[in-house]
Amino acid sequence: MNIKKENIEIYVRNLVKKFGSFVANDHLNFEVYKGEIFGFLGANGAGKTTAMRILCGLSHPTSGEITVAGYDVYKQTELIKKNIGYMSQKFSLYEDLTVIENMELYGGIYGMSRKHIRERAGELLSRLQMEHTRKVLIASLPLGWKQKLAFSVAILHQPRIVFLDEPTGGVDPITRRQFWDLIYEAAHEGITVFVTTHYMDEAEYCDRVTIMVDGRIDALDTPGLLKERYQAANMNDVFIKVARPDFQLTINNEQ
Amino acid sequence: MIKIHNLSKKYAEVEAIKSINLQVKPNELFGLIGPDGAGKTTLFRILTTLLIADSGNAALDGLDVVADYKKIRELIGYMPGRFSLYQDLSVEENLSFFATVFGTTIEENYDLIADIYKQIEPFKKRLAGKLSGGMKQKLALSCALIHKPKILLLDEPTTGVDAVSRMEFWQMLKKLQQKGITILVSTPYMDEASLCDRVALIQNGQILTVDTPNGISKSFSKPLFAVNASNKYQLINDLRNYDLAATVYPFGEFVHVTLKIKNPDTEPLKSYLISKGNKEIQVGAIEATIEDCFMELMKNGERRMNIEC
Repeated sequence: MNIKKENIEIYVRNLVKKFGSFVANDHLNFEVYKGEIFGFLGANGAGKTTAMRILCGLSHPTSGEITVAGYDVYKQTELIKKNIGYMSQKFSLYEDLTVIENMELYGGIYGMSRKHIRERAGELLSRLQMEHTRKVLIASLPLGWKQKLAFSVAILHQPRIVFLDEPTGGVDPITRRQFWDLIYEAAHEGITVFVTTHYMDEAEYCDRVTIMVDGRIDALDTPGLLKERYQAANMNDVFIKVARPDFQLTINNEQ
Repeated sequence: MIKIHNLSKKYAEVEAIKSINLQVKPNELFGLIGPDGAGKTTLFRILTTLLIADSGNAALDGLDVVADYKKIRELIGYMPGRFSLYQDLSVEENLSFFATVFGTTIEENYDLIADIYKQIEPFKKRLAGKLSGGMKQKLALSCALIHKPKILLLDEPTTGVDAVSRMEFWQMLKKLQQKGITILVSTPYMDEASLCDRVALIQNGQILTVDTPNGISKSFSKPLFAVNASNKYQLINDLRNYDLAATVYPFGEFVHVTLKIKNPDTEPLKSYLISKGNKEIQVGAIEATIEDCFMELMKNGERRMNIEC
């Protein structure tokens, strides 16, 4: 997928969100392009979740001009929801439904026809090599399989954008990499991926990365250029330099 | 200081931990590293006397977790994975509650927690439920320490915490270790392993290996290469289709590759990548990280399981 700057999927100008006197998002500005993997990083409490909820049409901004998949976040939240997929570490699938029942449920909610759901389910399960789990309860699947399945369910209705909120937390290292294979494939097919993570190695897999600090976006660029600008060996160092410039590393690993 | 012998626990049909053997030395900072569902929390709950094992035994400072459970509870400080302080009590009230339960006062052991508690003291009147994630973590650690425990048991204290706060937390642990406390800490973040004296890698209820972080890195069985090129998606696909590649794993900026041949010359690999049209190719030999080792051991474990089946 060649990322073209004219294909803007998420447009954010001067996004401000206040809770009382507290400014959770302070004039955010960025665009996300079609087929891009956009990493959304920041310290705990920096305002990532607030911004993500607004982009998903779940919360209104205080001010700013924001469109997602071409729809306005003030007036067209239902259209936004139809055109995006969402997955988080905490909530993914219904444990007491089978794999295919989960897919039918989500597909149904998004208004897909029975036939279309069957087709997509077959396609996605074969890609995961999980056809044999069709009639298995989610509860009895290993965590890694659940997470991969949850991702497939999030893109079942072929959304234009998929939002992933810490999708790989606590997952074993091999599954974590398989999960990123799925992200790469989805982006390659033109789905825009908006992802948060606490694994800094995963930040390297993104086309561009933002780092939020105290409600602001303090850095936004490709991992390569960020490392150059902050003279850092890796994204972990970039993150520390941006999120906590005064931080002194005093642990010595003499082992 | 902690001795675990053939410990097993089943929940219905699920074997949470299978014959675990482990020893933690006095004043050691010992890491239990593994993904969700590996059995870390089950092990912690048995060691903290909150759960009884099906078989095997465990002792802390010579005290048995079943017979001497009351004494053990005075001996240890425990920070469970889920925030478990009283949300509707203030910071100060939580701390003084835990001090009182253990028959002590905040003043008596203030020295031990001073470094950590000072950071949240300005908010001591705030309800615990209204604290940010990082502050909750510091309060929970203060409460686990207020009775001056000999052994500190921390179940995933850094899960879901950002990279900077995670490092700050490890700095606090190092300082506590210097004060003579033995620390057993679990984490799903492989990069934290290097901060421990020794670690156990755990997966599916079984210990894969126990060693120093350096010892684990050295045990990696094959030459390992870090490969980079301008288009990473293409690079990964090409490497996976390379006949001589044994494993291909993305690792941040690089792709880590092992080959099927011993003492390999990397020139054939480079020429292959060039022939596929990759640009700005870099190939360098590197030392394995804990995560490389974990994946190698995981694969070996799976292979063993398949043979047994």
